[in-house]
Amino acid sequence: MFVPVTMQLLGGFWETLKVFSLTLLFSLPLGLVVSFGSMSKFTPLRVLVKGFVWIIRGTPLMLQLIIIFYGPGLVFGLPAMPRFTATILAFTINYACYFSEIYRGGIESIPKGQYEAGQVLGMTKSQIFFKVVLLQVIKRILAPISNEVITLVKDTSLARIIGIYEIIWAGESFIKKGLIWPLFYTGIFYLVFSGLLTIFFGRMEKKLDYFRG
Amino acid sequence: MAVLEVKKIKKSFGGLDVLKDVSFSLEEGQVLTIIGSSGSGKTTLLRCLNFLETADEGQILVNGKLLTGSHLTEEQIRENRLHFGLVFQNFNLFPQYTVLQNITLAPTLLKQGSQEEIQKKAMELLDKVGLTQKKDAYPCQLSGGQQQRVAIARALALNPQVLCFDEPTSALDPELTGEVLRVIRGLKEQNTTMIVVTHEMDFARSVADVVIYMADGVIEEMGTPEEVFDHPVSEKTRHFIQGTQQAF
Repeated sequence: MFVPVTMQLLGGFWETLKVFSLTLLFSLPLGLVVSFGSMSKFTPLRVLVKGFVWIIRGTPLMLQLIIIFYGPGLVFGLPAMPRFTATILAFTINYACYFSEIYRGGIESIPKGQYEAGQVLGMTKSQIFFKVVLLQVIKRILAPISNEVITLVKDTSLARIIGIYEIIWAGESFIKKGLIWPLFYTGIFYLVFSGLLTIFFGRMEKKLDYFRG
Repeated sequence: MAVLEVKKIKKSFGGLDVLKDVSFSLEEGQVLTIIGSSGSGKTTLLRCLNFLETADEGQILVNGKLLTGSHLTEEQIRENRLHFGLVFQNFNLFPQYTVLQNITLAPTLLKQGSQEEIQKKAMELLDKVGLTQKKDAYPCQLSGGQQQRVAIARALALNPQVLCFDEPTSALDPELTGEVLRVIRGLKEQNTTMIVVTHEMDFARSVADVVIYMADGVIEEMGTPEEVFDHPVSEKTRHFIQGTQQAF
């Protein structure tokens, strides 16, 4: 039984991995855009973005998944989008909002003097951000980002609510055959994967250990 | 001709007049030191010169060219800044870059010559501040005095016409101020035009060609070091000078 169960779980894990990596791919940069919005000096934009972040962080991701998948059809009569697209959309928006707050905290913690030093050296705003500030921000936010990323690994299991055949669903399907151990087995997948991520983030932190600031 | 002319600069923050009608000029190669108590507007004046603050009124001219005006674009402000260098109280080195990279970053981004020229110039500047052997160190590995010397080299890398110092030794341990002041003195010997805001009275006196005493946002007294320190005209200046010399 071990090999077929493993194959089945790997199939589910592949879906899990896809949701995980695509969500990160889109939400990490989108979060930066959102954070700029929430720091904007233009009050209407700032209020709008902050309100949006409040709604997304204040409601369950599961609810957001359901609304994004069924909402457009039920409210506007639009054709339903593919399940996987809806999943990535919901996860990306949700995680971008969380990341944006981490980015904002990191960016606002950089001393004003770093910006001013760049300014008096004739740098443009974007040069100051990308060449002076960004790496310092990354160093400061690495730990909270790794928290979110590891949470995302486990949050992917929510996608089953709109029919994504992820690994827990795959494991659960063996219950009707009287097998409980595949469910524990799925836990091993999660543990190994989050262990690898922990090692990865540990290395990143070490890599940025060479400077203080 | 004066390299720098400042005419009737005014600046207020939320109704508080920090600079009220400040005017002075500076000749090429001269060193101006600005003394005065905290809150007298010294730092704000330097920040206006470096366009970190925008003066509400008044004019700033460098080599006769008017830099101030309403509706300056960001591009123009950036160009204006390059006439001035600024060395901060807290150094503000970029922590993720080596000493050498701190100096070469801005000239590289501003495309001031080939990478070879920029590196060569940076090494010369490091030699000038006596830190060639530290070129690959990171700021966190340096003492405060060394960091400030790097900051001076970094500011010089863009060839500013006027180099400004905002209390360059205030954040340093007392035994480290000497090395920074020696570098500044060395720059004077090479005819660098400088404005130094400082609380080091002996230094302010010995390095200066012109001394300004600021109080409550105005130039209370301006003159040669002898005039300001030994024969101040204003009662306020006399009081301030006496205060700094008082023995315990």
